[in-house]
Amino acid sequence: MLLLLASPPAWAQDDAISTPLTASPGDATRGRALVADRQRGLCLLCHPGPFPEERFQGNLAPDLAGAGSRWNEGQLRLRLVDSKRLNPDSIMPSYYRTEGLNRVGPAFRGRTVLSAQEIEDVLAYLLTLREEAPR
Amino acid sequence: MKRALPILLLAPLCLSASAQERRSGFENMARDTQAMQTDDTANPGMLWVLEGQSLWHQPAGPAAQSCASCHQNTEVSMRGVAARYPAWDEASAAPIDLAGRIAQCRETRQGAPPLARESQGLLSLSAYVGNQSRGLPIAPPADPRMDAAREQGRALYTARRGQLDLSCAQCHDDNAGRRLAGSTIPQAHPTGYPLYRLEWQTLGSLQRRLRGCMTGVRAEPFAYGASEYVAIEAFLASRAQGMALETPAVRP
Repeated sequence: MLLLLASPPAWAQDDAISTPLTASPGDATRGRALVADRQRGLCLLCHPGPFPEERFQGNLAPDLAGAGSRWNEGQLRLRLVDSKRLNPDSIMPSYYRTEGLNRVGPAFRGRTVLSAQEIEDVLAYLLTLREEAPR
Repeated sequence: MKRALPILLLAPLCLSASAQERRSGFENMARDTQAMQTDDTANPGMLWVLEGQSLWHQPAGPAAQSCASCHQNTEVSMRGVAARYPAWDEASAAPIDLAGRIAQCRETRQGAPPLARESQGLLSLSAYVGNQSRGLPIAPPADPRMDAAREQGRALYTARRGQLDLSCAQCHDDNAGRRLAGSTIPQAHPTGYPLYRLEWQTLGSLQRRLRGCMTGVRAEPFAYGASEYVAIEAFLASRAQGMALETPAVRP
């Protein structure tokens, strides 16, 4: 086990983006607002989450509660940036990718769903979600 | 036999969502919305049906012919017609949907000014003709000339598109019955078009609905009347074969 920690196997690298996308650290408060924003973060359209004030949360995707204990920072960053690198069939949009898309609307062409800073903000917020949803 | 058995056992697992029990979006609705559809005096779509009935009998074009001048006894002559569309159009040697056929007939046979897609006139006439098939099973033509369009429709239905990179199938097959925000995702069965959508506060076509989803995934929609839409309509009609038409349906 110690040996594994000292030199992580190749898949562990593939499972995460350990380097932040920006020099300035993410802001969890801004991140929370983005997650709840149905025009920007879009998260609650598919994911339920610990947002007692938000009605009409989706149930297509895992509960965001506990995301910060299920995954580490690098793993969450990859899942936001381009989760299709892990599962090509995933319905999770790639939030920081502009290549390989089909018929993108003119207003969105060449633009990522979120900016690099916004990804870091959302990430900072998700890392605060340590507790799993009550079952 | 040793090889065949595991394959037989696996077969049920291989059935896609389209092999699930088919449900009209009607069944996902709250009871009061269902009642709004089934009660003609409460169904707002019936206003378009009545407007369509009036247009149907209104002379237009240089020869002052109405739809009814040729298609007499509408309740009989138009019964079942909407259930068969999209169908093959000899004139253009391409598939055509019901709204396209009505617009074509009006322009080429009546010589009347063209009716634009999603115009009140075309929606009303489509609702009126569609209403004549209410309760009848969707019956796509067996015409093999439609096969290529159905295949194209299937390909379009399963292709990811837009900035959000989602296909129709990923929501309406793989996740039908689950909730996208507050809305239950329906299976994609075009049983009630044109229909009154509470979200639109008006009647709209299946093409409008398809455009709405495309815009939702931040894709560039096709232009109204595009062959791509007719292909998707033909594919969806083939999947919904046998389901009852509800025109004009009401949806949330």
